[in-house]
Amino acid sequence: MVALCFLAFFLVSHSPIDPVQAYVGADMMQVSPEQREKIAEHWGLDKPPWEQFLHWGKSVLQGDLGTSMIYRSPVSDVIKERFQASLALMGIAWLLSGFFGFIMGVTAAMHRGSWIDKLIKWYSLTLASTPTFWLGLLLLMLFSVWLGWFPIGLGVPAGVLAEEVTFYDRISHIILPALTLSIVGVANIALHTRQKLIDVLESDYVLYARAKGEYGFTLLWRHGIRNIALPAITIQFASFSELFAGSILAEQVFSYPGLGQATVQAGLRGDLPLLLGIVLFSALFVFTGNLIADIIYRIVDPRIKEVA
Amino acid sequence: MLEVNNLSLSFTQYQRGLKQKNIQVISDLSLSIQEGEILAVVGSSGSGKSLLAHAILGILPKNASLSGRLYYGGQELTAKRQKELRGKEIAFIPQSVNFLDPLMQIGQQVRTSSQVGSEKGIAKGKGGEKEKDRDRDREKGRVKDRAKDKGREKQRKIFDRYELDYDVENYYPFQISGGMARRVLVASAVVGGPKLIIADEPTPGLHHEVVKEALGHLRELADEGTAIMLITHDIATALEVADRIAVFYAGTIVEIAWASEFTDHGDKLRHPYTKALWMALPQNGFLPILGRQPSPSEPPPGCLFQPRCSLSSKSSSTNNSSCSQEAPVMRELRSGKVRCHFAT
Repeated sequence: MVALCFLAFFLVSHSPIDPVQAYVGADMMQVSPEQREKIAEHWGLDKPPWEQFLHWGKSVLQGDLGTSMIYRSPVSDVIKERFQASLALMGIAWLLSGFFGFIMGVTAAMHRGSWIDKLIKWYSLTLASTPTFWLGLLLLMLFSVWLGWFPIGLGVPAGVLAEEVTFYDRISHIILPALTLSIVGVANIALHTRQKLIDVLESDYVLYARAKGEYGFTLLWRHGIRNIALPAITIQFASFSELFAGSILAEQVFSYPGLGQATVQAGLRGDLPLLLGIVLFSALFVFTGNLIADIIYRIVDPRIKEVA
Repeated sequence: MLEVNNLSLSFTQYQRGLKQKNIQVISDLSLSIQEGEILAVVGSSGSGKSLLAHAILGILPKNASLSGRLYYGGQELTAKRQKELRGKEIAFIPQSVNFLDPLMQIGQQVRTSSQVGSEKGIAKGKGGEKEKDRDRDREKGRVKDRAKDKGREKQRKIFDRYELDYDVENYYPFQISGGMARRVLVASAVVGGPKLIIADEPTPGLHHEVVKEALGHLRELADEGTAIMLITHDIATALEVADRIAVFYAGTIVEIAWASEFTDHGDKLRHPYTKALWMALPQNGFLPILGRQPSPSEPPPGCLFQPRCSLSSKSSSTNNSSCSQEAPVMRELRSGKVRCHFAT
């Protein structure tokens, strides 16, 4: 974590974007050099990098992660707010893709070689090579522009007071981005599950189970599901990182005000504290995913329990 | 008990693109096993003996095609009967602990066979009556519990018999030793009360004591009336315990002999390959023969053993060249069976 802090800070502070210029934007011509210096001084940008780092490091330890330049509020607050929006989005996508991916994988493996297997394989391979943002654009065109079922973007309707935003509004805004993410996520999980289950079904112990008179769904349930649960869990939780990356693109396409969009903004406008905060946070997020997977392993797999 | 008549087995495989290839694994194989008898099927490794076992159990992969007939207990053994009988009347003892589900406790795995049976029985006995749903559910639960208890009871009895601690019930396959695994595998075969056991290489890489113990279990079961087919590549092991030996060569059985006939220089044996096999054992002179087994997919013309046969080369110098033209059929000879033109 500490190493990550150093590295991220080093990279960002060497970025060619001048934060002041990015902040001021198009008004650059009207801002005098003195004013620019003042802005820089206000943010502490005139000090040498190590001092900036110490300053930032202090605020990390305090827990507010410094002040965001573009939002003018503590980074921790920004992340909290943005993450709540993202969490709903990613959560839905995560659950949907995990659930359907697993079912599709199992179905394909059970009917290996049949048309349904081929269909699922074809679908998954196509989608696995589909860029998220492109799929997002397609969905936008189909559902929002042509069919008009869902709004085009944003997290809530434009021009409506915050208090008047209904639950339905939020739902209808979240469906398309969540769908985009889960459609892409399904492919990966379905393919992995399918392959793993095929391996299991060809294994000696399934052969033996069949020799013992087990068949059909009982056989699958007793020996199949448990043995593919581990890899499935691994993928599911390791996909936290992919999900995070995917959400950046999806949120950008749908102008959904989540953490992903904040990342892009922070990067483009040189908002150093916010960007660093998000880097730290996402690292923590992915780490949590892997940790949860490890913990579940222990519960599911007796072999790992034994070693511990 | 079990009769296998003219069984042939082949696999279709795709080769480069859509070109299919038929791979012959077993051709025209016949054998029979009586109650209370151990028949050992002896042949070299990788020659398709295991597939014979799978064919009898009906657990071949989908791309296999089978011809010939199987009879069990006087009736034809169809795919449907195989499905009903396996795990119960027909049990399988696999090669190694790898055949146990790595994530399932031993006790549960041993119980499986008996439970599959009892659950089915309940479903059958329950049809037709219209009780109140709740009552029925409770009844169903109770019967299921009882079946479970029964399964456990049965399993414990078997555990007692094979000197397995009840603790082993809660072990996972990776926690038990090789010898223990053997006993567990035998136990899970026996728990269903089988009349026919097919043991596929049950003694690979085991300590001699353990092998002896495992074979002892088989002998014991046979003496109780169970028919046992023991598949192995180790003729010495087979001779220790089997009543009859079926010799597997290039996808078929060339001789069925009594275990007692494997003596001295193999003079009582019928087929030249069996004799060669016997004489190749270290204690019998360690005499190898030239050549190697032909693939059943590309058999030599005539007799399968002809290219390596000493009998054939002797006789061809006289007037008979039937060995290289005509495949010999299985025939009775001195209370055994042989597939050779010249055996006497």
